[in-house]
Amino acid sequence: MSPNSPKNQYSRKDFASDQEVRWCPGCGDYAILAAVQRTLPSLGSTPENTVFISGIGCSSRFPYYMNTYGFHTIHGRAPAVATGVKLANPELDVWVITGDGDGLSIGGNHLLHILRRNVDLQIVLFNNQIYGLTKGQYSPTSQVGKVTPSSPFGSIDQPVVPARFALGAGATFVARAFDISKKLPDTLTAAREHKGAAFIEILQNCPVFNDGVFDLVTDRKTGPAHQLWLEHGQPMTFGENGEKGLRLNTRSLGLEVVTIGENGVSEKDILSHDETNPVLAWMLTDLADVVALGVLYRHLGPVYDESVDAQRELAEERFGKPDLHALLRQGHTWTVT
Amino acid sequence: MKTSAAARVQPSPRETLDSVVIRFAGDSGDGMQLTGSQFTTATANAGNDLSTFPDFPAEIRAPAGTTYGVSGYQIHFASHDVLTPGDTPDVLVAMNPAALKVNSDALKPGGLLVVNTGAFTTTNLKKAGYENNPLEDGSVDRFRVLPLDVSKLTLDAVKDVGLGSKDANRCKNMWTLGLMYWLFGRERDQTVAWLRSKFAKRPELAEANIAALNAGHIYGENAELPHGINAYQVPAANLTPGEYRNISGSEATAWGLVTGVQLAGLKMVYGSYPITPASNLLHQLARLKHFGVTTFQAEDEIAAVAAAVGASFAGSVGVTGTSGPGVALKSEAIGLAIAAELPLVVVNVQRGGPSTGLPTKTEQSDLFQAVVGRNGDAPLVVLAAATPGDCYYMAIEAVRMAVKYMTPVILLTDGYLANSAEPWLLPDLDELRPFPVEFHRDPEGFHPFLRDEQTLARVWAVPGTPGLEHRIGGLEKDRDSGHISYDPQNHHRMTTIRHQKVAGIARDIEQAKVDQGESEGDLLVVGWGSTYGAISQAVRLLREKGHDVSHLHLRNIWPLPEGLGDLLNSFNSVLVPELNNGQLVMLLRAEFLVPAESLTRVTGQPFRVGGLVEAVEERLQRSGE
Repeated sequence: MSPNSPKNQYSRKDFASDQEVRWCPGCGDYAILAAVQRTLPSLGSTPENTVFISGIGCSSRFPYYMNTYGFHTIHGRAPAVATGVKLANPELDVWVITGDGDGLSIGGNHLLHILRRNVDLQIVLFNNQIYGLTKGQYSPTSQVGKVTPSSPFGSIDQPVVPARFALGAGATFVARAFDISKKLPDTLTAAREHKGAAFIEILQNCPVFNDGVFDLVTDRKTGPAHQLWLEHGQPMTFGENGEKGLRLNTRSLGLEVVTIGENGVSEKDILSHDETNPVLAWMLTDLADVVALGVLYRHLGPVYDESVDAQRELAEERFGKPDLHALLRQGHTWTVT
Repeated sequence: MKTSAAARVQPSPRETLDSVVIRFAGDSGDGMQLTGSQFTTATANAGNDLSTFPDFPAEIRAPAGTTYGVSGYQIHFASHDVLTPGDTPDVLVAMNPAALKVNSDALKPGGLLVVNTGAFTTTNLKKAGYENNPLEDGSVDRFRVLPLDVSKLTLDAVKDVGLGSKDANRCKNMWTLGLMYWLFGRERDQTVAWLRSKFAKRPELAEANIAALNAGHIYGENAELPHGINAYQVPAANLTPGEYRNISGSEATAWGLVTGVQLAGLKMVYGSYPITPASNLLHQLARLKHFGVTTFQAEDEIAAVAAAVGASFAGSVGVTGTSGPGVALKSEAIGLAIAAELPLVVVNVQRGGPSTGLPTKTEQSDLFQAVVGRNGDAPLVVLAAATPGDCYYMAIEAVRMAVKYMTPVILLTDGYLANSAEPWLLPDLDELRPFPVEFHRDPEGFHPFLRDEQTLARVWAVPGTPGLEHRIGGLEKDRDSGHISYDPQNHHRMTTIRHQKVAGIARDIEQAKVDQGESEGDLLVVGWGSTYGAISQAVRLLREKGHDVSHLHLRNIWPLPEGLGDLLNSFNSVLVPELNNGQLVMLLRAEFLVPAESLTRVTGQPFRVGGLVEAVEERLQRSGE
């Protein structure tokens, strides 16, 4: 087959570039890369119509390892570059790859605006709560007290909660997963299927500068007690045997973790997930002792690319074919003989 | 007109003038911009060449009657070609005390002052900061004054239409326009038609304004004007035959970009963030979606340029427009387009700097920023438009170079070019040579930094093309594979290639040549950008006085045109007038080792022809001519 004719069936290796992957050994990015390369073929994606756009940082090297179109841009600006790509060609399947520093610090403004505009693409934010590529300074998601070269007495910045930021920006799709999770492909798939800007935060371990910061959640032993995988319409339970769950405390107007069978709590007390409910999604962004994973929020809103198209069609209807001759003569002209 | 009246008032013969500068000035709400633009249209119809410059306040709705709420509109028209809106007005129309206060210093001694005495109330005088009425205390004695109670004359003229006093009072600009039409022998038809169309839904307003216009005209016909005030005629200029329109630099730039993108056979994504004085470009282009123009009002200057870069990556022509502070913010993304070798057009409508500077005033102080204002060795193309109409052709040229050489191009205009207007001979679109872009499609031996041997431009392979999947970015890339490379020799080679690619564009542009005068001699005046008109006029006057002076005007700032060094060396001295503290002059000295001298003016205002002539003569005397 000539390289020019698109294949019908692609496999994981069709999406892997020939470049040697250069993240540190043990970096969570490897697992995310593998999950993305594995998921894309199952989504019917083609290398030629897929574009990965990144900013600066460890995560932003991602495009080089994908055998798709890729643009490794400048710090924080990937959402803006990606918006330009979609404006030029809305048919492309665009993925923005960013990190906690790139997306929420230097690029926070662009992330806000791409989400509120609801440009039809996926934004994957690798959150390792640290600046890796610049050798370990605290990031906007680092916990208070984090000791780093730039915070020898501990970070005094209150951390931003990425999912909460996204909801506040008006995101129409907010999901969360972690690097080595088997369910990461499902989350990626849901994001890709969403029409509009899909925001996924991936908790990602940095073994060099912030090792183990998510261990409680991701560790095989402690994980079950700290992972709440959400499913639309299903009771929000977790724990080794699903014995724990979330209940709405109607007095505090908040969610509380309860154990079924204790203190008179029964299964029917457990709240079911409604991914269309923004208030519930907000409460799920920052729970005590447990991390909500999967799709926190999803609803369909006006899609930016489609609105741009609609206005262009309206202009074409109203003004007809482009006519430079007429354009230059609009208003008053006169002839000198 | 009644026969008896015609018989009684013998029209005195009109005094013939070669050229006239009129400034209309009034409160922001007095409709001075409309008055000025109507007078401009009528003057164009009369066959004069002309140039105009509006000067409106930075405040959006300044309090009525205050000096900072004064809005002005200057027009220079003549029986010969006109290159500037004129240094000092011959005629000032002052609709209230504040307008007189702000503008009386500009009016020539002996100039004609048409003043609306009806607005010289105690309150208005106080608001304008006058302790005494300047019309009574001798302050205006150096002018020929035509004091008229335009407010009352207008109310009388429109009383039959039955408007409320507020609407009736608003017709006084048309009364004044009618009088000015009579004074300078202009036709009213065009304005009458315009009023009928503008007020199609409120015909009573159209009728009132037309009545006021006619009344002002009749007043001129019948009134005995004070001694020394005549009616005038300015004969038609000898213009190149053809179809004309009035065009501002903003319009010309927008239409040039659209034309350029059409000639390239592509679509445009225009990313922009509102900024004075560049916002008008965004407004113009936002209306042209049916020309394949997508405008994107971004969240900031950086996003605006970044979106344009993304659009170019995806196969559109990415364009961004801004002013100096915006270019500062865009610098890193422009560097990305240089490293990734993507087309990008950046329009910088320059204004006074540094920092926020003088947003509504003009300046040429971003030349250094354009040529060298980025981290790293980051060459790109810099063009500068010379006149409002020239913005059209330079915008086309910017698009052509961007797509042909896969490079960012900065097009420098300025606040003066953007806002001033001139009659423009419409281009023959069939004469414009298309430059259709061919995207790379062949996967055989492909890598993203394959180059054209002649232009050194890399291939443009757009997402969606099977077999050409590739990655680009801001990291240095290997010359022969396009992969990330930290190889020292490769970085040296790539830096050299980026330099050679832009430098080689000098072969693709016109050789340096003088615009006026001989190609060797005593003094060469080198200008760039919007000072073209003033310098050209000044050099013409100097040559008429017998001075050995030539004028060369640069539209290609980087790379500089071939042959420029030889030309500079063919003169005893070189003078570079600029509206900055000496930028082009430093570039020329650095590039050609010539002892070029600087003539600077940084007032936020264009050069005055008279000032240039004086400065050059002074230098000629010093150098012992």
